[in-house]
Amino acid sequence: MPTVLILGATSDIGFAIARKFASQKYGVQLAARNVDQLETFKSDISIRYGVPCSVHSFDAEKFETHADFYQSLEVNPDVTVYVIGYMNDNDKVIRNWNESLRTINANYTGAVSILNIIAEDYVQKQGGTIVGISSVAGNRGRQSNYMYGSAKAAFTAYLSGLRNRMYHHKVHVLTVLPGFVNTKMTEHLQLPKLLTAEPEEVATAVYNGVKNHKNVVYVKWFWKWIMLIITSVPESMFKKKKL
Amino acid sequence: MKKTIANWGNYPVMETEEKTFTFEEQLSDALLHSDGIIARGNGRCYGDASLAKNTISTLKYDKVLSFDTEQGIFECQSGLMLDKILEVIVPKGWFLPVTPGTKFITVGGAIASDVHGKNHHVDGCFSHHVLEMDVVLGSGETVTCSPTSNTELFWATCGGMGLTGIITRAKFDLKKVESSYIKQKQIKAQNLEEVIELFERYKHYTYSVAWIDCLKKGKHFGRSILMLGEHAKLEDLDEEKKKDPLKLPNKKQITFPFTLPSFVLNQLTVKAFNFLFYGKNFKREINNVISYEPFFYPLDAILHWNRGYGKKGFVQYQFVLPLESKQGLIEILKRISDKGLGSFLAVLKVFGKQDDLISFPKEGYTLALDFPVRKGLFEFLDELDKVVLDYGGRLYLSKDARMKSDIFWKGYSNANRFSEIVKKYNPDFKFNSVQANRLSITH
Repeated sequence: MPTVLILGATSDIGFAIARKFASQKYGVQLAARNVDQLETFKSDISIRYGVPCSVHSFDAEKFETHADFYQSLEVNPDVTVYVIGYMNDNDKVIRNWNESLRTINANYTGAVSILNIIAEDYVQKQGGTIVGISSVAGNRGRQSNYMYGSAKAAFTAYLSGLRNRMYHHKVHVLTVLPGFVNTKMTEHLQLPKLLTAEPEEVATAVYNGVKNHKNVVYVKWFWKWIMLIITSVPESMFKKKKL
Repeated sequence: MKKTIANWGNYPVMETEEKTFTFEEQLSDALLHSDGIIARGNGRCYGDASLAKNTISTLKYDKVLSFDTEQGIFECQSGLMLDKILEVIVPKGWFLPVTPGTKFITVGGAIASDVHGKNHHVDGCFSHHVLEMDVVLGSGETVTCSPTSNTELFWATCGGMGLTGIITRAKFDLKKVESSYIKQKQIKAQNLEEVIELFERYKHYTYSVAWIDCLKKGKHFGRSILMLGEHAKLEDLDEEKKKDPLKLPNKKQITFPFTLPSFVLNQLTVKAFNFLFYGKNFKREINNVISYEPFFYPLDAILHWNRGYGKKGFVQYQFVLPLESKQGLIEILKRISDKGLGSFLAVLKVFGKQDDLISFPKEGYTLALDFPVRKGLFEFLDELDKVVLDYGGRLYLSKDARMKSDIFWKGYSNANRFSEIVKKYNPDFKFNSVQANRLSITH
């Protein structure tokens, strides 16, 4: 039975991905900062889907712990999904360096730290899949959200470089760009219903992307075209907009 | 998030501030910061019972906590829906002890409405199978209650429409089955007299319900199809089904694509539908073995079927009358057929004995039918309410969107006692709903 590791399993998207893979008979490793919160998730997955499920403490911002964390896993996962993301109000983030750092670390540096370790293992094995949940916010910086956006942009670029390198080692790297998703992180926002995906849709997109060896997937197809338009506006015009 | 919501009847519609929670800490936090709250599951009650200024959605609090496959005891968080539970328990040879006509409701909703099913006369309501549950009060405190501990809270929460607090966890027993199939018997009845007689004759059947044509007058007044069922045993299955007796039904769903204009539903279309429905059973009696899905959840196959009633929505009217009030049933059905306001089909069932604090069922006849919202309807239903009260009956709170408060207080004989317990556990009415305010329970 293949195994999937979910980094950031307490998030709505993380748990939805865990359930999706479990329903397809994957063993599941749930990792998050707060392991206590994962106990009910573990019983849910093992009872519902009859697959092995374990829980692990993982803090993306504590880089020094990452090597030990990966070492301590009883089974090395076949698929690793990095779901961790952190988004706060942009004005708050730019005024508070700790918030800036947190945004950068959770969305980018932490991912690089752990995925470098896992990628090395996959190179050794000449196989494996790495999935990064990035964001369309990384496709272009906007005044309302550029701290989160720039960290995601870095993550997206990292994943694309990693994909290029890993291709030669038979390792699959998938970048997922969800667009708006109805989660706890966006609960306070008024999102347009048509453009907003449910966590379960993201999970299905991730699973299908893994199965079909996709490179980059947008969860709702029209986001690709929306972002194409947004990225083709000339900078001289874009900078004048209030976006 | 600010949201416009309505329950299954699409009437009434209102704006609410909705919060969700995945962990108990998030719930306590949400409770601290709002007032005028009601818990909301999948919004499958029909009226305004889960509408309020602030709603707390339990849908993300949906984890399976334990499942004893030997004893048939299931434990989960309150936002888990019955369809998901069936997917887990049926392959292991268990079934829900009680299920309503849709599987798209949460466990919390099943308890708060204290739902009943086609087996009420044998197995009672859902609450009769609940071993224990957790209720989070307005203070954020979690209280565990059961039929033997904190019993006041337990019985005021079963059928209590969320007014004591938020149900967060429940443990309940299941029914052992040999297969996922139902051995069904359908019998056509010419009129009301006959169907009531048939209910009596077949009362040893675990499941029984009748679909009744409310528009028919004269000697076919109350013509019906009685549907009876038992969980099929292995010996009832053909060779093909025996290969995998606990097989889950295939998921076949169609979606009602858009909201029909309200004028489409009129006496003519309804009569035609009822004619086809009654006429499709060519023989007087049909016996067959079918999957549990079409037997228990025929309408779940059409997602959003409520759109068929148009933008203005509909109300479902469900009452119960004591057994000795058969005359009342006849009178109400007469008024409905005279008025010609009827719905597609009405559902008739005979409840068994029950006398709980605030749950809807009690021994007698229960009839449920839909009325599209239109001019003059509410006045007409007010008249029906009086007949129901005169004959010693009451209305189901989960269906209600419009009754006047005195109908509630007179119909539910323990209403005062219930209200005292609600005041004890919910002293500032932090939990209230549009319905509870309308019925003067929480103000």
